[in-house]
Amino acid sequence: MSSNNRPLSPHLDVYKLPLSALLSIVHRGTGAFLSLGSVVLVWWLMALAGGQESFASAQSFMGSFFGCLILFGWTFALFFHLANGIRHLVWDAGYGFEKEAVEKSSLVVLGAAGFLTILVWIVAFTFSTGA
Amino acid sequence: MAEFKLPENSVIQKGKTYPAPEGATRIQEVEVYRWDPDSGENPRVDKYKIDLDSCGPMVLDAIIKIKNEIDPTLTFRRSCREGICGSCSMNINGKNTLACTKDIGDIEGPIKIYPLPHMPVVKDIVPDLTHFYAQYASIKPWIQSSTPPPSDRERLQSKEDRTKLDGLYECILCACCSTSCPSYWWNGDRYLGPAILLQAYRWLADSRDENAGERLDELEDPFKLYRCHTIMNCTETCPKGLNPAKAIAEIKKLLVERKIA
Repeated sequence: MSSNNRPLSPHLDVYKLPLSALLSIVHRGTGAFLSLGSVVLVWWLMALAGGQESFASAQSFMGSFFGCLILFGWTFALFFHLANGIRHLVWDAGYGFEKEAVEKSSLVVLGAAGFLTILVWIVAFTFSTGA
Repeated sequence: MAEFKLPENSVIQKGKTYPAPEGATRIQEVEVYRWDPDSGENPRVDKYKIDLDSCGPMVLDAIIKIKNEIDPTLTFRRSCREGICGSCSMNINGKNTLACTKDIGDIEGPIKIYPLPHMPVVKDIVPDLTHFYAQYASIKPWIQSSTPPPSDRERLQSKEDRTKLDGLYECILCACCSTSCPSYWWNGDRYLGPAILLQAYRWLADSRDENAGERLDELEDPFKLYRCHTIMNCTETCPKGLNPAKAIAEIKKLLVERKIA
């Protein structure tokens, strides 16, 4: 019997990924997105070092709708990666592996990331209108 | 490198549809992945309609009914029909489980049956588990000891030590967990996967085994063990309610502990 032409059974197309698996994908995605963000942070610092003019143009981009959208994305990415990173630490210590615990911690991670993101933006806007 | 798309010879084609039997009252649709090695064609999904009034309660009963009454060419593995042999593991409605312990009543809409994911298919829903078994053999799943056994009796174990094997010895090697794991999908050639790692921990946790050091040496590898990223699909899907993810975490802990001890 020839075994060379054996097909590969379907995987991503048929598997119903549970929430924990989806969050694992998001964890990797936010990690990649954050490293991109560090490049932008360097760009922003260089604009600051470059003097008043370059800093003003960097600031106006960051203050635009598109700039704010990306910054909002980075804020969420940071808090999600942080919260899920803490969950990974707990797992590495050997705790929280029961199905119910995983389900609960998934929701806690999502909730914490969302809450902290919104909190930071409320604080940021309060300060910016004050200035 | 992870290949997210199926190779050309694996893309699923439209299959045949079989009509419901005459006089059927409680019709259940069943979609089954089919592939015939002799046809030279791509896999397809056939649709059957069965009458639940003359069918047993489990998905395996439905599959056996199809083979007996509608299509004798349908090929699958099964043996004990009570969740202890691990033969009828397959992907049912997006989740790996044993067909013999999966209640048809728990499924809404059509029953969708595929082979265990990301495996070479031998025929229909029978996957090739050769590599999986070879990986099992590689962890030396037996007691290894350098000291001679007592001359008058077998090697004894305290009740406390015996309880350390609970949640491990029940594994029936059905491969549901390993084939649910994306890491195993992308790196199954070198990553041992949850089932084999749970087995590896089963021997590490056995008080009668005296070769833990060498076992850990073998496991300390970026691919064999550390492709586990705690995605948790394994624990989520295990039809025996075991926790491979926790067993893997225990192995990782043992490796850290022996470094700092």
